[in-house]
Amino acid sequence: MIRIDNLVKAFGRKRAVDGVSFSVERGEVVGFLGPNGSGKSTTMRMITGFYPPTSGRVTVGGHDVAEEPLAAKRLIGYLPENAASYPDMTVESFLRFAAAMRGLEGEVKSKAIARVVGLCFLSSVLHQTIDTLSKGYKHRTCLAQALIHDPDVLVLDEPTDGLDPNQKHEIRNLIRELGRTKAVVFSTHILEEVDAACTRAIIIDRGRIVAQGTPGELRAMSAIAGAVTLHAAGASEEKLAVLGRVEKLNGSFRVYPGDKGGSAALTRAVVELAAREGWKLDSLRTEEGQLDEVFRRITQPDTVKT
Amino acid sequence: MRAIRIIAGRELAGYFSSPVAYVFLVIFLLLAGFFTFTAGAFFERGEASLAAFFGWHPWLYLVLVPAVGMRLWSEERRAGTIELLLTLPVTTWQAIIGKFLASWLFLALALALTFPVVLTVNILGEPDNGAIVAGYLGSLFLAGAYLAVTCMTSAMSRNQVVAFILSVVICLFLILAGFNPVTDLLVRWASPAFVDTVAAFSVVTHFDGFQKGVLDSRDLFFFLSVIGFALFATGVILRGHRAG
Repeated sequence: MIRIDNLVKAFGRKRAVDGVSFSVERGEVVGFLGPNGSGKSTTMRMITGFYPPTSGRVTVGGHDVAEEPLAAKRLIGYLPENAASYPDMTVESFLRFAAAMRGLEGEVKSKAIARVVGLCFLSSVLHQTIDTLSKGYKHRTCLAQALIHDPDVLVLDEPTDGLDPNQKHEIRNLIRELGRTKAVVFSTHILEEVDAACTRAIIIDRGRIVAQGTPGELRAMSAIAGAVTLHAAGASEEKLAVLGRVEKLNGSFRVYPGDKGGSAALTRAVVELAAREGWKLDSLRTEEGQLDEVFRRITQPDTVKT
Repeated sequence: MRAIRIIAGRELAGYFSSPVAYVFLVIFLLLAGFFTFTAGAFFERGEASLAAFFGWHPWLYLVLVPAVGMRLWSEERRAGTIELLLTLPVTTWQAIIGKFLASWLFLALALALTFPVVLTVNILGEPDNGAIVAGYLGSLFLAGAYLAVTCMTSAMSRNQVVAFILSVVICLFLILAGFNPVTDLLVRWASPAFVDTVAAFSVVTHFDGFQKGVLDSRDLFFFLSVIGFALFATGVILRGHRAG
């Protein structure tokens, strides 16, 4: 549904997005990860036709966003960063406006509004003006606007930003649910969201894609993926060193798998060794890898000068 | 057309959902009355015409029209809603025209509420009502020209105050270029052809015809081209922000 080809956006001399290509099909939820200022929002603004790309191409549902912007925009529901919406409108009039702009009329319009009000839990604030709403409700109002025409493509810029944990949970569930029938791209810098909602994640840093894959694949890129961490009375570093490289962590040992054999073989070997030596195992776990470790390793923190 | 209508409707409703519209209408009508009856010496003139009323409009609008239009784009940019608006299935032109029409309609409403002055002059004497209609039409185009300029300055800045001041300055130029004290000053050192050229850019020169009841296609063309140019410039500026 979304196809991005070698997309570049330059602001003056700075290249905010520098040669990004990927595609998203129906049924996929793609998480767009990256540090602040890495080009996530800029990329999304180009997908939705707000920014014209400096070079490269975006097509949505087969329509080139630069050449047939209206046809492409009709397919997209967009939640902009910070969920901007008109503060002096009531939630209801705002949704009516969005529905009318999407070409909905009469009964279809009323039904569409009722549907998104239900999906986003807005019925209690329907007649309040948007500037009186809490951040969570503001966000959900803007999300409702993006869903009003039941779009095939959803582009959500930090949909859970500023929400409390319960609201985050609801929104993630909603995103996962929507992802079954739509192509969804959402940006975030919260790594747990990747596990909670994504079928695939793309990590972007300084305008370039630095990694992509399923959450599991990304985790496997972690340095500690496949390592076995154990805490046992009597365990010694020398004995463990036979099995692979050993790292000492206050009281526990972490054994990294060598070239031969995967993490399953290593785990078995550690257990056998412990039994043979008579160590008393307190805990033993096989590391899956940590997303935040992968994230930190492959992206440049903005606190470091380049 | 549909998209323009919906955008204009939202914008117009926005004026009335806050006190802005009512404050503006009251101030506009008070000032219009003050200028007509006190500063314009409506009664002392002893003539059945609205010259005292229309004559002040270029000055009255100078402050009030930028106040109506200054938020049109600067507020959208400041609040970030411009991103929402322009990613809906509309073109930039539809959005520009929709917003402009909403504000113009609002100004037309304010102008229409000055109808008591027409009744007054009709009770007191026998005015040329054709000239009055022409005057109203001219006044509407005058407001439209100022408003289009304000649209443009509003697109330039996220700050409404900056948009307001820029707009007042440009509109002031559009007045002064044909204002008699200024043209008299110019005549002393510039050639008459030059003075005429400068004066041709003035809204005053072109508004005069309307006030006298003369519908000249050149005057109409002048106002329409100011509106057209300023709205076109608005589009260019809005595109410029996004092109990076």
